[in-house]
Amino acid sequence: MIHSLFLINYAGDIFLEKHWKSVISRSVCDYFFEAQEKAGEPDNVPPVIRTPHHYLINIFREKIFFVSVIQTEVPPLFVIEFLHRVAEMFQDYFGECSEAAIKDNVVIVYELLEEMLDNGFPLATESNILKELIKPPTILRSMVNTITGRGSSNLGETLPTGQLSSVPWRRVGVKYTNNEAYFDVVEEIDAILDKSGTTVFAEIQGVVDACVKLTGMPDLTLSFMNPRLLDDVSFHPCVRFKRWESEKVLSFIPPDGNFRLMSYHVNAQNLVAIPVYVKQNINFFDSGSSGRLDITVGPKQTMGKTVENVIVTIHMPKVVLSANLTATQGTYTYDPVTKILVWDIGKLTQQKLPNLKGSLSLQSGAPKPEENPSLNIDLKIQQLAISGLKVNRLDMYGEKYKPFKGVKYVTKAGKFQVRT
Amino acid sequence: MSTGSAFNDEKGGSSSTGEPEYGHDPASGGIFSSDYKRHDDLKEMLDSNKDSLKLEAMKRIVAMIARGKNASDLFPAVVKNVACKNIEVKKLVYVYLVRYAEEQQDLALLSISTFQRGLKDPNQLIRASALRVLSSIRVTIIVPIMMLAIKEAASDMSPYVRKTAAHAIPKLYSLDPEQKDQLIEVIEKLLADKTTLVAGSVVMAFEEVCPERIDLIHKNYRKLCNLLIDVEEWGQVVIINMLTRYARTQFLNPNINESLLEEGGEKAFYGSDDDDEDDEEKKAEAAALAKRKPYVMDPDHRLLLRNTKPLLQSRNAAVVMAVAQLYFHLAPKAEVGVIAKALVRLMRSHSEVQYVVLQNVATMTIKRRGMFEPYLKSFYIRSTDPTQIKILKLEVLTNLANETNISTILREFQTYIKSMDKDFVAATIQAIGRCATNIGEVRDTCLNGLVQLLSNRDELVVAESVVVIKKLLQMQPEQHSDIIKHMAKLTDNIQVPMARASILWLIGEYCEHVPKIAPDVLRKMAKTFTNEEDIVKLQIINLAAKLYLTNSKQTKLLTQYVLNLAKYDQNYDIRDRARFIRQLIVPTDKSGALSKYAKKLFLALKPAPVLESPFKDRDHFQLGSLSHLLNTKAGGYQELPDWPESAPDPSVRNVEVPEWTKCTSRKERKEKKVEKPFYSDSEGESGPTESADSESDSGSGSESGSEESGSASESEESEEESESEEEEEDEEEERTKKKKKIDKIKPKKPESAESEQSSGEEQKRSRKGGKERRSGSESESEEESESESSESESESEEESESDADTKKKKKTSASKPPPKQTKKESKRETKEMSLLDLDDFEPTPSPQVTPINNFLSNSLVTDLEGLSLTDTVLAPTTIAPSSSVRMHELLHRITGEGLGVEYCFSRQPFSPDPHMVAVQIQFTNNTSSETKSLHIEEPKLQSGMRIKEFPEIEVLPAGESVNVVMGIDFCDSTQAANFQLCTHTRKFFVSIQPPVGELMMPAFLTENEFKKEQETLLNGQLMGMNEITEKLTLGEKCQSDHAIIERVTATANLSRVPCGSDKEYSPPPPPSSPVSRFAGKTVSSGSLVLVTVVRKEGGGAQLTVNCEKMVIGTMLVKDILQALTQ
Repeated sequence: MIHSLFLINYAGDIFLEKHWKSVISRSVCDYFFEAQEKAGEPDNVPPVIRTPHHYLINIFREKIFFVSVIQTEVPPLFVIEFLHRVAEMFQDYFGECSEAAIKDNVVIVYELLEEMLDNGFPLATESNILKELIKPPTILRSMVNTITGRGSSNLGETLPTGQLSSVPWRRVGVKYTNNEAYFDVVEEIDAILDKSGTTVFAEIQGVVDACVKLTGMPDLTLSFMNPRLLDDVSFHPCVRFKRWESEKVLSFIPPDGNFRLMSYHVNAQNLVAIPVYVKQNINFFDSGSSGRLDITVGPKQTMGKTVENVIVTIHMPKVVLSANLTATQGTYTYDPVTKILVWDIGKLTQQKLPNLKGSLSLQSGAPKPEENPSLNIDLKIQQLAISGLKVNRLDMYGEKYKPFKGVKYVTKAGKFQVRT
Repeated sequence: MSTGSAFNDEKGGSSSTGEPEYGHDPASGGIFSSDYKRHDDLKEMLDSNKDSLKLEAMKRIVAMIARGKNASDLFPAVVKNVACKNIEVKKLVYVYLVRYAEEQQDLALLSISTFQRGLKDPNQLIRASALRVLSSIRVTIIVPIMMLAIKEAASDMSPYVRKTAAHAIPKLYSLDPEQKDQLIEVIEKLLADKTTLVAGSVVMAFEEVCPERIDLIHKNYRKLCNLLIDVEEWGQVVIINMLTRYARTQFLNPNINESLLEEGGEKAFYGSDDDDEDDEEKKAEAAALAKRKPYVMDPDHRLLLRNTKPLLQSRNAAVVMAVAQLYFHLAPKAEVGVIAKALVRLMRSHSEVQYVVLQNVATMTIKRRGMFEPYLKSFYIRSTDPTQIKILKLEVLTNLANETNISTILREFQTYIKSMDKDFVAATIQAIGRCATNIGEVRDTCLNGLVQLLSNRDELVVAESVVVIKKLLQMQPEQHSDIIKHMAKLTDNIQVPMARASILWLIGEYCEHVPKIAPDVLRKMAKTFTNEEDIVKLQIINLAAKLYLTNSKQTKLLTQYVLNLAKYDQNYDIRDRARFIRQLIVPTDKSGALSKYAKKLFLALKPAPVLESPFKDRDHFQLGSLSHLLNTKAGGYQELPDWPESAPDPSVRNVEVPEWTKCTSRKERKEKKVEKPFYSDSEGESGPTESADSESDSGSGSESGSEESGSASESEESEEESESEEEEEDEEEERTKKKKKIDKIKPKKPESAESEQSSGEEQKRSRKGGKERRSGSESESEEESESESSESESESEEESESDADTKKKKKTSASKPPPKQTKKESKRETKEMSLLDLDDFEPTPSPQVTPINNFLSNSLVTDLEGLSLTDTVLAPTTIAPSSSVRMHELLHRITGEGLGVEYCFSRQPFSPDPHMVAVQIQFTNNTSSETKSLHIEEPKLQSGMRIKEFPEIEVLPAGESVNVVMGIDFCDSTQAANFQLCTHTRKFFVSIQPPVGELMMPAFLTENEFKKEQETLLNGQLMGMNEITEKLTLGEKCQSDHAIIERVTATANLSRVPCGSDKEYSPPPPPSSPVSRFAGKTVSSGSLVLVTVVRKEGGGAQLTVNCEKMVIGTMLVKDILQALTQ
């Protein structure tokens, strides 16, 4: 299926190549560069590029293009999903998926790729299994290796058992002194507000991320107070779907460590509480090549919690040269190259509403922009799931000890856009 | 970042302690300069004795390979290390070898023997990795070795090695396609594999090597469907895609009738959507088919749809997409809707995923608009979306537009038109044009809107608007002469050639609406003719010709002038056109007959263009495929076949499925069940269906039972009876034969079909042979067939078990007392018996009574529960878990005020806790109002006992019943579990007391193991402590082995131990064996329970029970004694 993989950085250097079948010359990437040039923005590079003999399926992630070479029919999503999985694996192993990290750990990367695909078909993509096969680098281990002079060893000493077990996502013989299970319920509000502040479209996406460090083979059951809220769900493969269908509880044997247990979409019928309101007034004048900007942000339906980390991002029209603004709270920056105005507000308080006001100077002679730029809002509310979802309880079967359990709720803005 | 840099430092440090490094850091640029030196140094390191040096060298070499540098000259030095003890070095050598073996074939051969040795290693992982590397070395000379290795690995004990073998198949095939035939054999073998680990990989191999051999799938179809949910995600994608294709060849179009009704209605509304001809054809076809018979979905078709549906919840976008395309291509129209939600969910994923999903959604929305309508707003565009995503969303929005939502959509479009992204704006204008053509009501609104855009500052926007307006005007030009005038004015400003050309065409076409302006435009154009683009020039000539024909007085000279200019144009198309038009319109002596019709030629009424989606008709490619995305056939694409025109005769399909293969799949599933099921918690689903089926069955069962009314000589009749029933079921599909009239026709489960097919056939066939040989005693004849049929050890073991089941059934039906007195009892019994037969799927022809079909549906459910990864060779025999389900009353409906509660020990493993006994509870609401919130409270338990409550039943409507499963850990005692059963109004004290036989579960031992265990039990402690022996006289009706087996397994949840040298394996039926052995474990503590019954001459027997737990042993002896002596 997947023939070869090239990792290409933003500047267009191919810094890693891996072939699973016979070798394909890296000149095939020229077609990719061509498409990249045509597209301009990396976002606009078509994910599937057709060349005379091959198909290139690529993703752009963390400033790296993952370009895979395909020769025959294959579901494109299959490849795309796999490439993302590779990127996540790098993230998991090295803490970040960056060119530097990959170059520093090139041998581990190569071994990982070797294990993840066999003849182009995915073999082991579960982090738990791979970590048994290939140990992730840790500072301690490399120190020991340095001292003992064994060279930094990153291969597992023992052979993996995970692939052979009936629970392929969990290795056997997990041991912890502190047994803990943490769950983060993270909800994101996707919304489009129009000029007058009315909601054009709003919905809530949520995920339950877990960090489970439990000894042995625990069998967990997580139940919600109000599972009916959840409209559309998708699960980690460990979740027993039948159980959810019949009882609306999550029953699973967890992988070891961090993983995304489920993601969900909140029933569309429920009205979405929009935690902030934005009053904005952006004008461009024909004469004098200038413009005015006035934005005020205030809390709305916050369920009594504080709204934090509020950031307003504006993609200005190309003609805006500079901004001369004053913010009553927080700081703003304007990048004249990317034309992005960022106003980092911080916490919202009821007493004083943060305001950003001032003038914009435009390129002289150029016609004024027709459209006002829309505002993208970022925010965070701790200890609140905006949909009202609540975890009821977590039970553990199959092991004797008492684990430490914790649940955290966070609400964030997803794609939250205010049209102007 | 901090960790990253920390690493960096560390790495640098480590290397500095070792050998001198050259260009370890790729950024250092020392790679080329020190190439030679570097290699020498690496060779030295590789030749050294120290593993650490070797490792360091290999790491550097791998880093070179990763950067795409050539390291091939190190081959001899590296390949020597292939046998290195150090596993890390070894792995890196493998990496190197696979990369360069193709270039250095001769040297690569040196390493082969190492792998051959590895193939024989006792460790499965080493075997697998040896095969993996061996098959990755692309050296043609070793093809025979690879072939041999693959064949061997395909029958390896370890499923992991078999998986690797499946992976190796396409590798070998690409290396040497001539091996195809042999490889297909291996694929065939592996397809029959029952583990989820292998399934995905082998289907992958199938798709690469022999996708056309769809016949190989028949026998594995149901297994694949059932395994699907437990296969790893990548395998799921491949299997689902393959099954989509398979289903298209095997089943009927589920929409065949609906298309007749629905499409007619839909067409009236959205006429532009469907190709008319096509549609009519389809309709005629559909009508013809509809006349023939109403559509009944093949149960296998249903099985596929049902088993793939949960995968819509997968986290893997590719899996979701695969299921979505399967539903789109295979599901009845009414059911396709379920995929919309999942696809909309994918839209929140990475932009690449969005891109692919939107492409597919765009195609889907053309055929099935209604499906995505509720999610309209999810396709609204954000200014931050990449352009390619915006355009696709626009496409979807346009496809979704209809009379009701058009105003919302247009309002959205208005926002988009102001966007800074001009490509996107142009696309929006096109979209508005398409909405306007498709929906008549808004045409004027759209047109007005577009006309306003004509005064836009951006030329691109204006140009695009002109082009779209031109198309719209063509639909009703009379009413819009003012717009045409307005556009005529634009010729002064607009420079975009396409737009200019469009305006000129419009003026020419409708020159009678603008008689004054048209000549003036021509005049202006004539002036600038030489500077225009070709496309504009052509339109100027056109305009001139049209004007000449309608208004020759004013334009004659102008036309002449333009034609003269064109005559000397550089472009030959234009010169050509000019010459041609001059001949046509300017009457001369020589001008032929055509010129008479010049007016007709030029001013003919032109049909209005249809603005259609670029995604129209893309669905002839399988959705989700690369070919669909590119809209051209990619290499290796397998066409999605059209539905078969007429119903494929289901019996033909039955024949295609040979029985022995069925048995394998069957067997597998059965084995599956024995394994602790991972996804076994399907009680919610299985419960109700099970009960529904068994109930209806019990009715029919009793009927047949009463007719049979008991003598052995009549057994054949009873066979006839059940057979006829089966055939009736068959009839339902075949509609050929007509037999008896039992009227229960119920929604069939796929499983039942399976049983029908094979069992029916088996019977027919085997009955011929069986009858003649049949002696008076049934059991003997059965034994015959058994021995006849045994093919392999495991199979026959399997069979013996299933035989035992059927025999049991037969026995009871034969030995049943006259029906009148004990009608109720017989009813219950037949029900039990039929449950017994769930798994009774005779692998080979056998003359027994075959199970009544509907019960099989049950087994499907249990199968589904039991599917899981199996990695060991499983114990071959098992007693069907629900073998002796006897309902006990928990709450009488009078005491329960209308709520009747019964329970039984379902003998299923209780998945949440293996130490619990599963108790299936059936609530029946006999009142006229609904009962709410049924749940358990305040269990009063003996110390150590535990209860796992069933989930609360929220509502139980009047007259209905529901099944739930709870788990009780009885701690291996027969003490009752007491608890309260609560409804929303009342509480009832109830208790469940288990018979001792239910406190155990079957254990699977071979005869030898059994004997060994027995000995250890005896020797472990004082002789006699663990063994209880009783002599008894067998009851009248349990003189045969099978009766004994049946009685014992009914009393206790034990499994029969197959006897190795027993009659079942030797072809002629020897006298039945005197010894029967059974084994089990107590559920709570897992202590072994071994039961031996030795039959003596003259109806006597000796019963021996060995068990650590004396109490259990004693009680069990008592129970079994009672059962056997009755």
